Amino acid sequence: MSENSSPTYNYRVVRQFSIMTVVWGIVGMLVGCIIAAQLFWPDLTYGIEFLTYGRLRPLHTNAVIFAFGGSALMATSLYVVQRTCQTPLISNALAAFVFWGWQLIIVLAAISLPMGWTSGKEYAELEWPIDILIAVVWVAYAILYFGTIIKRKTKHIYVANWFYGAFILTVAILHIVNSAAIPVSLTKSYSAYGGAIDAMVQWWYGHNAVGFFLTAGFLGMMYYFIPKQAERPVYSYRLSIVHFWALIAIYMWAGPHHLHYTALPSWAQSLGMIFSLILLAPSWGGMINGIMTLSGAWHKLRNDPILKFLIVSLSFYGMSTFEGPMMSIKTVNALSHYTDWTIGHVHSGALGWVAFVSIGALYYLIPKVFGRKDMYSVDLINTHFWVSTIGVVLYIAAMWIAGVMQGLMWRAVNEDGTLTYSFVEAVQETYPYYAIRLVGGILFLGGMLIMAYNTIKTVQAGPDTDTAKEG
Amino acid sequence: MSDFWSWWVIIIVAINIIGCWALLHWTRKIKGGAENETTGHVYDGIEEYNNPLPRWWLNMFYITLIFGVVYLILYPGLGNFAGYLGWTPQKQHTEEVEAAKATYQPLFDKYKSVPIAELAKVKQATEMGKRIFVNTCFGCHGSDAAGNPGYPDLTDNDWLWGGSPEQIEQSILHGRMGAMPAFGTSLTAEQIDQLVNYVGQLSGNKVDEAKANAGEAIFNTQCFACHTKEGTGNIAMGAPNLTDNIWLYGGSRSTIAETIRNGRNGNMPAHADILGEARVHLVAAYVYSLSNK
Repeated sequence: MSENSSPTYNYRVVRQFSIMTVVWGIVGMLVGCIIAAQLFWPDLTYGIEFLTYGRLRPLHTNAVIFAFGGSALMATSLYVVQRTCQTPLISNALAAFVFWGWQLIIVLAAISLPMGWTSGKEYAELEWPIDILIAVVWVAYAILYFGTIIKRKTKHIYVANWFYGAFILTVAILHIVNSAAIPVSLTKSYSAYGGAIDAMVQWWYGHNAVGFFLTAGFLGMMYYFIPKQAERPVYSYRLSIVHFWALIAIYMWAGPHHLHYTALPSWAQSLGMIFSLILLAPSWGGMINGIMTLSGAWHKLRNDPILKFLIVSLSFYGMSTFEGPMMSIKTVNALSHYTDWTIGHVHSGALGWVAFVSIGALYYLIPKVFGRKDMYSVDLINTHFWVSTIGVVLYIAAMWIAGVMQGLMWRAVNEDGTLTYSFVEAVQETYPYYAIRLVGGILFLGGMLIMAYNTIKTVQAGPDTDTAKEG
Repeated sequence: MSDFWSWWVIIIVAINIIGCWALLHWTRKIKGGAENETTGHVYDGIEEYNNPLPRWWLNMFYITLIFGVVYLILYPGLGNFAGYLGWTPQKQHTEEVEAAKATYQPLFDKYKSVPIAELAKVKQATEMGKRIFVNTCFGCHGSDAAGNPGYPDLTDNDWLWGGSPEQIEQSILHGRMGAMPAFGTSLTAEQIDQLVNYVGQLSGNKVDEAKANAGEAIFNTQCFACHTKEGTGNIAMGAPNLTDNIWLYGGSRSTIAETIRNGRNGNMPAHADILGEARVHLVAAYVYSLSNK
């Protein structure tokens, strides 16, 4: 079957989400660079309330996770589900609703968070009217996706779709349960839960947002684009079965490791820790399956920067899914918690894994859905790869060193039992690392700008004459 | 938790752990997986091999499962089952605190009976006091003890509540509450402006003479009770000396006007229960040493 045999696939929504992935990536990472700069120059934004760290930080996290990551997941999932089920989306109108609805939510977030309207729940800061809109759009997305799966022309469902499916279904449940709140006005609500239970619901949500949004969803992406780009069969079908079921079952338990040494009951903390450790093998299953898919074709890594992005993303995935279980061990957590180590860990996952696999997938996808054979410049992809790799390494190395140093300084005691360092001394020592982190972040943002240029040039060039235009 | 929820937790934990084990056991036995043999599925051109699970990976999975089971036998986790070690965070905390007390308390107690003025000259004692200070008092007074607007500078030998060793120790042990009443309703804006000029004059700043003279009259009816006729303040109620050009909330005209208009409330919390007497004694010696070198 030729690459573009069915003219009825809906590529319009894929194109829209692909472009917006690049746009929101730049916006979200720019805000990230601003808040990184604020940590170095605290007076950077002259105390303007809309630009204070406390308001921009949730804007950064929402923009990179839900606008950039979300658009990437929607672009790829709606492409992959059509291609692997050999059937067009069930409704073009519903697809348009999902796209415009999601963009509206992002714009509302970009307005409401700097205004200071927040429910105060990390990674779920948006206030209740936007939460309701998210639920509606998400259900529409689920209907669109699963409706297409049901109509599929293949006998089985491809593994990428298991992961995308788990991501869509679970995020719906997480969002609805965690966002339950009692409104007091249009811009203010209070959580439906109280005290330690609220904290537990929040981190059940928070960690599964990592597990299902940032892991399962992007594993779905990985399972399509790596075998496609490498032109190799997936390494092991049975491995995909084991690690899929184990991953989605065990991730559900890991939330309490965010609440070690708090008012959360000990039994819940213990379960959070042991299941986080058990999660190591299921997480690595995906990495093994992705990397081993390339076995026998390693030479392709030399010349293909798209494959470099995809394979390096799996290395970072493997690293952060090893680091995560280690940090969930209570005694390690006692050192790492509340330090910049956590920030380093999150970014080795968010930049190294999520952004890299998305960028790789998009470089494959954009020419396909715009009717081109390749991106405008393969050299620029290569440049992007190296710029962002250096950026990530600087970022996470700086935060690791800073984090471990903070943890050690905070706990250091003198012979008389008094603390050796005052808090501000630890802040002072962190200063150079904040500068290095900022440089890393700017490099990564620079990479995204290279990508934007390459994308504009590719789209401007119009469809190749020998590639059928679709959608 | 009730027995129902306890069993609920135990049963679903068991299902998850046993489920993982069963899953591994089952998938190992799936047929196929000979080299270069695919499952026969093709999705958009993607095929799948069915290689066996890597041995090292499988062993790692089993080890984490075994670790989990052992941990849950030893430590709390399975509902109401407390674990064989009987460990609780409360118990660990109490033990560590007791151990620290046994080790460190004698080091503090040995200075308890030494008078503060003497202690301020003992380097080891002031160092200990400083380390407690920079981790307890820094939030308001700053790590260098130079204060912040509303929080006194402790290095300048100007004292709201007195600078004798006993007075300093008293301030730390039991706290202080300073209150400057608001005059915004009882005085006109003009009168407040006159007072600002007079207060400025007291500290030797250049002011409008006529306004300052008018302000003096107001001062002598409204302010003298706390700040005294001379404006030198009263440590019995923490009323600041207004003649030394040292300002707790700031000495600009607008800030002084704001202080008179809206009043001020200062609160130094009591630290007797937070630090204990022996440590307070050392902090007092450190603070005393800052302005009595």
